[in-house]
Order: sequence, then structure tokens, then C-alpha cells
Amino acid sequence: MSAQPRVVIVDDHRLFRSGVRAELGGEVAVVGDAGGVEEAVAVIGEQRPDVVLVDVHMPDGGGVELIRRVSAAQPEVRFLALSVSDAAEDVIAVIRAGARGYVTKTISGRELAEGVRRVAGGDAVFSPRLAGFVLDAFAEDRSQAGHAGRPTAEDDRQLDQLTPREREVLRHIARGYMYKEVAQRLGISVKTVEAHVSAVLRKLQLSSRHELSRWAHQRRLVSLDGP
Amino acid sequence: MAAAQPPPGQPGHTTPLRRHPDRGLIGGVCVGLAEHFRVDITLTRLVVAILVAVGGIGVAVYALAWALIPVAPESERHARPPGALRRALLVLVAVTGLTVGVRMSGLRFGEALVWPLVLGACGLALVWRPTVAAAEGSGPGRRLSLRGLSRRARRIDAPRLVIGALLVTFASAAVLHTVGVLHSLGKAIGAVALITAMLSLLCGPWVVRLGRSLASERAARIREQERAEMAAHLHDSVLQTLALIQKRAGDPREVAGLARRQERELRSWLLERPARAGQDSVAGALERAAAEVEELHRVPIEVVTVGDGPLNGRLEAVVQAAREAMTNAAKFASSERVDLYAEVEPDRVEVFVRDRGVGFDPQAIPADRRGVRDSIIARMERHHGRAAVHSSPGEGTEVELVMERGSAA
Repeated sequence: MSAQPRVVIVDDHRLFRSGVRAELGGEVAVVGDAGGVEEAVAVIGEQRPDVVLVDVHMPDGGGVELIRRVSAAQPEVRFLALSVSDAAEDVIAVIRAGARGYVTKTISGRELAEGVRRVAGGDAVFSPRLAGFVLDAFAEDRSQAGHAGRPTAEDDRQLDQLTPREREVLRHIARGYMYKEVAQRLGISVKTVEAHVSAVLRKLQLSSRHELSRWAHQRRLVSLDGP
Repeated sequence: MAAAQPPPGQPGHTTPLRRHPDRGLIGGVCVGLAEHFRVDITLTRLVVAILVAVGGIGVAVYALAWALIPVAPESERHARPPGALRRALLVLVAVTGLTVGVRMSGLRFGEALVWPLVLGACGLALVWRPTVAAAEGSGPGRRLSLRGLSRRARRIDAPRLVIGALLVTFASAAVLHTVGVLHSLGKAIGAVALITAMLSLLCGPWVVRLGRSLASERAARIREQERAEMAAHLHDSVLQTLALIQKRAGDPREVAGLARRQERELRSWLLERPARAGQDSVAGALERAAAEVEELHRVPIEVVTVGDGPLNGRLEAVVQAAREAMTNAAKFASSERVDLYAEVEPDRVEVFVRDRGVGFDPQAIPADRRGVRDSIIARMERHHGRAAVHSSPGEGTEVELVMERGSAA
């Protein structure tokens, strides 16, 4: 896309909003900001931005509530979650609500602008941390017998697990590689890497795998007391 | 009393009167009584059994003791031993047999009064018991929480109270019948009912209000306590760091380091993952190593872990090697940040340490840089693991550490 993506920043900390605005300055067009869900709905309705940068934790329901309300009226608006929170359940919740990616607030301005462009283009943005969460959530149960309530329909099964290639891509992202480097190392194109990540995002949003909502409460522990 | 053997460990001290359900046959009352009064446990049990058999007063005593004597704290933690129920039933059958035997031999007295008394005592035990347990539950040792409060209040279940009350009523009626005043009771009951109704109409609202204000006062106290805890924590951590940051405002590197350290501490506090718990898990140990290296060399290290498991000797070596790799990256690579990724799977543990710094030619590691060869590669090989260093000048470096579970020592 040739024009700069139009961005609205939603965060309940004014200081942080102006900080992000300054960092993004020349790279994308920041067309508005808001400090709460109500205000954000109004601003987004008026400005019709390409991308909304949304804080996961806000009063009145936070990012999940905002995404739910805006998506109903303006499905073309895309969301990128921005947070200081590491709690996996919060991150997964906002992704499942419809955000196309998650980055931590300590990200550099350059990387954030890159992420915004990617989300505006319809792709997903996975930070290393999110990649780690997803790998944990979709961990194969090699050690245990099947879980109770495992869905049997073929469709569900495909949503419930990652392909080896997707897993490999995610592992590289978790290791700190950028999409371009991942593509180089795996001998595929950047477009293919983006397609894999988008597929993972879709599974994350649509899977009914019950671990997704539950796993965060207890970190997956594997037994290593062998020889 | 002086002649009785003192319990080991604390001679001369009286053991507080507590029940020990984990060691007792039924409710642990006899064990508690025996320990408190320093009498032989078998003797205590025999006395109680005889009291039950002869006249039945023992049942009343046992039921009341069961309701009123608190459970010993060390006993509360243990689960009931398997087969406890069967054992209790056996004891009941034995005691019942003994009772029948005693009665058939004609040795009995005061039946008319004792059995109502037993019933009444059982009823009282049922009614009192939940209240006592609830009062114990809110002791200072437990963590107070609003949710726990309401759950505990709900636990005083209605059926128990109703059965208890019925037993007591029946017992009173039986006693009154024996004494011979039951027939004149009709009028009295009418009068009492009327007075009770009046009193409850008069005082009811006041009692309800009192109960409510007590509950809300307690909730407020709990909130206050939680707030104080939070304030104390923020004061010791966040406020101290903010003060330090103001003092060092001229040194951006130092300020960034302070902020990051505080962020990490606060985060682990919020997620209730105390540093202590990390001491025996792979992910925890890696996170701690990363934090230490970050603090020493002031380069942010992003740690991402997938899965986790208990630490053992070989995995300790992996953590050490990863630490060395992080140190190298922070010291020599002049990279903006270092990424650590660890994957703990049942059959293998993999750790990747990556930087985007200057890189180097792995074939030409300078002789004085013994870190890579000794502390990383040799260390991993000593523990039957593998290490590989991928790097080229200008491309950054990635150290890969693999420990297979199968390659046994």
C-alpha cells in the first residue's frame, strides 16, 4: 500500500499516547487518539482509520470490549494490541476478540511502525512473546493420553493444531527473527511466512481448543525426571 | 501426672486440647484427650467405650467433644488415611455390640434420662460444629479474601441445622415427658410462641442490620489489609526506583536499566510468580540468569519460554551455558537487545540465544576468548548435550543449545 496507513491510538494514559504519537510521527499518519472505550468508538467512527493501536488494559472492558463494539459496525478496521501485560490469558483474549497482533509497549518506534504497516496490509504481527504463548497453547500432548472433550470433527482438529511448518515459523519468531530473516533461513518467501502467521492467527481466533482459555492458569509443565 | 511420659520434644509442656482426625479411629477425640491429659490412648478409648456401653452417656460426651474441640492444625493438612471410614464403622459396630451385651446382662441405669441426653448432645454437636469450624477458618494464619468469606458463610448448611434442632427438640420433649410436665406444655408453648413472634418482630430488623454491618465491617477490614499490603510493596519497590531514577536522570543507560529491573519485579509480583518459585524450574532459572546478565551489562534481554520443567543437574548446565552465551552477547556484540528462547519438551530442551550485533567468524575465535569454547561448547558436551554457534561478521550471533533426554549420562 502506497499511502501511509491512518492510525488511531487508544490508551488510557495520555502520556503514553503522546509518546507513541511522537515515535510514530513521520512513518504513519496518526489521525486521532482516545483515552477510553466510549471516546474511541466515536473517534474511530469519525476518522475511519486503517489501524487502531489498542491498549489491552483499560477501564470499561479494555481492548476486548472496544474491538467487539467497533468490529460490529466497521469490520474493515484492524487492531494491533499494545500492552505492558504479560499475562497470557489477557493477550490471548484480545487476539481472540479480533486483534491482528500483539506487541509489548517496550517495542521501538521503527518496529511499531513496521507492525502497523503489516496489520494495515492485512497480515498478522507476532512478537516473540506472543509466538511463545501460541506455541505453549498449541503444544502437542505427546506425553499425555488424549484430553477429555477433545473435538472429533476433522475441521476442528485442523483448527486445534499447528502444521510443522507453522510451528517452525513461530519458533523462529520466538527466537527473535524478523519475518525477512525467517524467510531466508527457511528458504521461503516473506509472503509465505506472512501467510503462515496469518493462518496461525486464524486458528488462534477460531479454535475451540479448550486449553486456549484454560492453559494460562497453569503453565504447561513437562516431566523431565528421566535418566 | 508427673509419672506419665511427656510427649517427645517438649517435656513439661501441656499439649493443647486438639482433635487428631488423621490418627484417631472416628474423630480423633480420644487421641486428643489422651495427649492433653497424658493418659494412655488405649485406656482413654476403653473408658469412652465403657461410658457408651453403660448407660450411653459416652455418646453424649464424645459428640460434644467432637463438636467443640478444634482440629489440630498439623492434622488438618493430612488427608484422612485410606480405610478410615471402614475402621470407624468397625468401631461403631463393636461399641454397639458391647452396649447390647451390657444391656442384656441387666446392667443399666437412668435410661429414661440418659438417652434423651445423648440425642440432645448429638443434636447440639450438629448445630454447633459448623459455627466452630467457621470461626477457626478465619484465624489470622489464613489469607483473608472476600470470596472465601462468602463461601465459608454458605457452608453452614441448612439440613445439618434442621436435623440438629429436631434432635434437640425431641430430646427436650422426651425429658419433659419423663419428668411429667408434657401434658401442661400446650398452653405454655402457645404463650412462648406468641412472645417469640413479638420479640422477633420487634428486634428482627435490628438483628439483621447488626449482622449486615458486621459483615461489611469485616469486608472493609480485609480490603484495608490488602490495600496496606499493596502500599507497602509499592513503597519498597516502585517508589524507591522512581527516587533513584530522579537522582540518576543524567544517565539514560542507568535509568533504562533501573526501569527494566523494576518492571520485571513488578510483573512477577503481579503475576504472583515469586522469584523463589523459579529456583527449581528451567524457565525460572533462565529468567533469573537473564535478569542477572541484564543487570550486569545493561543490555535488555527478552526471554520467551515455552513449556517448563523441574531443574536437574544436566539442565543446570544448559542454564549455565545459556548464561555464558547471554553474557558474551551483551559484552561483545554491541547489540540493542538479546533474545533468549527456550523450549522445554518431554524429550529435549532447546535454548537459543540471539543477538543482532557485530557477529564474528566462529572458525577464528580468538584464543583469549575462552568463553565460547570452554563455558558453552565444552560444558554442553561434558553433559552429553550439543552446542552450536552460528555467526558471521555483521550478521549477529545465535548460540544453540540442545540437551536430549535420551542421551543419558
